[in-house]
Amino acid sequence: MNPRPGFVLEVDKSTPPILFHHGEGFRLERLPAGRSRVIYAGEPLKALKDPDGAIRDALEHPVDKEPLRALLFPGMKLTIAFDDISLPLPQMRRPDIRQRVIEAVLDLAAEAGVDDVHLIAALALHRRMTESELRHAVGDRVYDAFAPDGLLYNFDAEDRDNLAFLGETEKGEEVEISKRAAESDLVVYVNINLVSMDGGHKSTATGLASYRSLRHHHNVHTMQHSNSFMDQEHSALHSANWRMGKVIRDAGVKVFQIETTVNNNVFGTEGPMSVLQKREWEWTARDRASFLAMSKGLKHMPSKAKRSVFNGWRAPMGMTGVHAGEIEAVHRLTTADVYRQQLVPVEGQTDILTMGLPYICPYNVNSVMNPILVMCLGLGYFFNMYKGRPLVREGGVLIMSHPTPWEFHPVHHPSYIDFFEQVLAETTDPVEIEKTFEQGFAEDEWYRHLYRTSYAYHGVHPFYMWYWGSHALKHLGATIIVGGDTRAVRRLGFKPASTLQDALEMASDVVGRDATITHFHNPPILMADVS
Amino acid sequence: MKALVFERDVPRFAAAKVAGGLLPGRGVRVGPLQLDDVDPPELPGPDWVVVRPRLAGICGSDLATIDGASSRYFEPIVSFPFVPGHEVVGELDDGTRVVLEPVLGCVTRGINPVCGACARGDLGNCERIAFGHLEPGLQTGFCCDTGGGWSTFMVAHRSQLHEVPDAMSDEAAVMVEPAACAVHAALAAHAGPQDTVVVLGAGTLGLLTVAALRRWSPPAQLLATAKHPDQQALARALGAGRVVEPGAVRRAVRRLAGTLAISRGEDEGDIERLTGGADVVVDCVGSAESLADALAVVRPRGRVVVAGMPGQVSIDLTGLWHREIELVGAYTYGTETLPGGERRRTFDLAFELAAAADLGRLVSATYPLRRYREAIEHAATAGARGAVKVAFDLRDEKERNP
Repeated sequence: MNPRPGFVLEVDKSTPPILFHHGEGFRLERLPAGRSRVIYAGEPLKALKDPDGAIRDALEHPVDKEPLRALLFPGMKLTIAFDDISLPLPQMRRPDIRQRVIEAVLDLAAEAGVDDVHLIAALALHRRMTESELRHAVGDRVYDAFAPDGLLYNFDAEDRDNLAFLGETEKGEEVEISKRAAESDLVVYVNINLVSMDGGHKSTATGLASYRSLRHHHNVHTMQHSNSFMDQEHSALHSANWRMGKVIRDAGVKVFQIETTVNNNVFGTEGPMSVLQKREWEWTARDRASFLAMSKGLKHMPSKAKRSVFNGWRAPMGMTGVHAGEIEAVHRLTTADVYRQQLVPVEGQTDILTMGLPYICPYNVNSVMNPILVMCLGLGYFFNMYKGRPLVREGGVLIMSHPTPWEFHPVHHPSYIDFFEQVLAETTDPVEIEKTFEQGFAEDEWYRHLYRTSYAYHGVHPFYMWYWGSHALKHLGATIIVGGDTRAVRRLGFKPASTLQDALEMASDVVGRDATITHFHNPPILMADVS
Repeated sequence: MKALVFERDVPRFAAAKVAGGLLPGRGVRVGPLQLDDVDPPELPGPDWVVVRPRLAGICGSDLATIDGASSRYFEPIVSFPFVPGHEVVGELDDGTRVVLEPVLGCVTRGINPVCGACARGDLGNCERIAFGHLEPGLQTGFCCDTGGGWSTFMVAHRSQLHEVPDAMSDEAAVMVEPAACAVHAALAAHAGPQDTVVVLGAGTLGLLTVAALRRWSPPAQLLATAKHPDQQALARALGAGRVVEPGAVRRAVRRLAGTLAISRGEDEGDIERLTGGADVVVDCVGSAESLADALAVVRPRGRVVVAGMPGQVSIDLTGLWHREIELVGAYTYGTETLPGGERRRTFDLAFELAAAADLGRLVSATYPLRRYREAIEHAATAGARGAVKVAFDLRDEKERNP
């Protein structure tokens, strides 16, 4: 049976309570009948039956480029860059797609007699990946063959000696990337394109770039002019990366792009988590029982234990496509694959947008979802999962459900703590924040040290999280968080509510009593195509 | 006369220690402090006068005594039974309003010649506070011969009295003594105009120290810690450039000083101590935690001024040794040397500060003597309840206005 596409459910009196993710927990909420609708993701697309065969085929028959084996020769410098821990979400079951692709690339390189190979986790200003995370991504065989000799490593955007300045775009944007990549005869970039923003020129122009480069598009102006940043045709972020990509290409850097897509089989079809992937009115008695048991169990678990349970989850997602070759041509095909899984047509905007935020976002894998990341996931990622127009009208209200604890991972997010305690205590205005505080954090010696030697996100990273939500901040009339830590929610500049009903009541002050409501039922990931 | 009297009563003292350990201020319910009818103190000599208290503040040291938390260090320098109350604005028989400078130095004790400290004007450092014709007592309010402010009648040596200007309210005047302590602590910081100074704690002493630093020795950067929102707002209003919660002080000072940090164990984001840090830290709390914070955030060869009464605390002093930190105490007042070199009496500076910074607004609540338990419990939880200074109001006591 073909998977059913995503769709929009009009809520009536017979509609059962709707699932809201709530961090490491869940809420079941009744939405008002007659004025509410729920957007559901499509069911998981069928995974490729022979992913390794598909990968080999893509390498042999690339798009607008010679086959990979023709680009490989003895004595060459080959750099394989790959997406970091932020993709996919959650981490997928072994073997990770990156492992499959990298092994295929390395087989060809070995056949061609290439022996100068570096593998780089293209993490830009994200935290370094740990050994176990790298092993998970590339597989033990690759790790053991390269890491002990220092040939598999995390990119270091603060290693001045190993960065190369390649020039400026026509808009004056500086392009500075990994010197090893810039000086290689060939860069093979291995992507997992979880959402439509991923991949393309952004892979190299962002993943292997320094702060000097990134600040030209990771800023408030760019994010406020990316409507949305998930929609390539209307994304200033996308345009900037494309301009930079051309500078990289004109500088003589050859990139062989490999992009892969996955289906949204996040919770599987078996086991207690599978209920999270079903539509509520299709829940069987067994589903309901298993959901209740899971919810109750989680309620009584200490938060560390809950986090550990969720962080241990490996998604059974399958590969739905792989394309290789010239960056732009590949990316067009990949984007179509992403849309095939995620795009759901939605008619018109809503007054109130509701969403339940799950336990994970790109920046808290094996970590803590701190309040800044709650903001980023809701107002950055989920709000921007649209094409056409935002799901919620200008001046409308966003209601998010998440516990929003005043809690930070001290190793991963040290500058986030200071951002939250110092910067947000003074202002939540992204423009003011950027002007007054960004440089100090970006150039802070201690953050730099922790980024380079520990597992900390770069000092400037929390700013980017805030900018990610700046389009939504400008667009929305109010943001309400249900079930969050009151102090933390207020520090974010949002309003706390104990229940969804309270939140809807509060929202009525902004958008009136008969406001329309749309629930963004995510995850599994979906993207709204709003007409 | 009516007075709150603190007796030497070991079982009650022990009970207060237990109760106070459970809830701040609870020592007042079971401890040695009682409201009594007692004989008024006699004038100890010719230069002594009767003072009728109008307002008398409740100080942190009073609370520590009531809760059985003060150090045994004080035993030889107090005399029982005593009437507490050393933050006093009162009036003389001729109606003159006065503020009491409570230290009982050589002059008050009839010692002549006076000790070296008293000769220099450093009254707080008097070497004879357990000698002379008075019973031991470091201050009025801890000496059985003088009475104290928590009563309707006390005695004071003329050298202890400062006339209150007509324009100054009783509320502002009762803040003069704690303000003098703060001025002394602020000037003991020896902060320069380019320095970064941290004030730990935003109770009365912390807030007044912020105000005193801002007025008499403003540094380039002044950061204060404050637990409660009202304290945070007041610290800002009185001159702190930045205010953070106590748990955030290490991170905040690190950012302010632009220094590196050292972490312990795997949690590399959790700061153990800074490698550089603030030039001066004034600890207005005096707990083991605040002292540890002070040593963690002060720079090598920096200065830590302990202004809050510490008692017996356990603390690792390795950093003090390794980083060559200067640790100094700041107790009461005497004569100060201002940054320009001018010498002034601390109380004169405190009067100026009380007027200029409108310190009367910090008196948050007053109680009659009969409600002393409520008053003490209120004072012991002042910060959490949005209060700063809690005082006894003696102006309407029946005995005083027959």
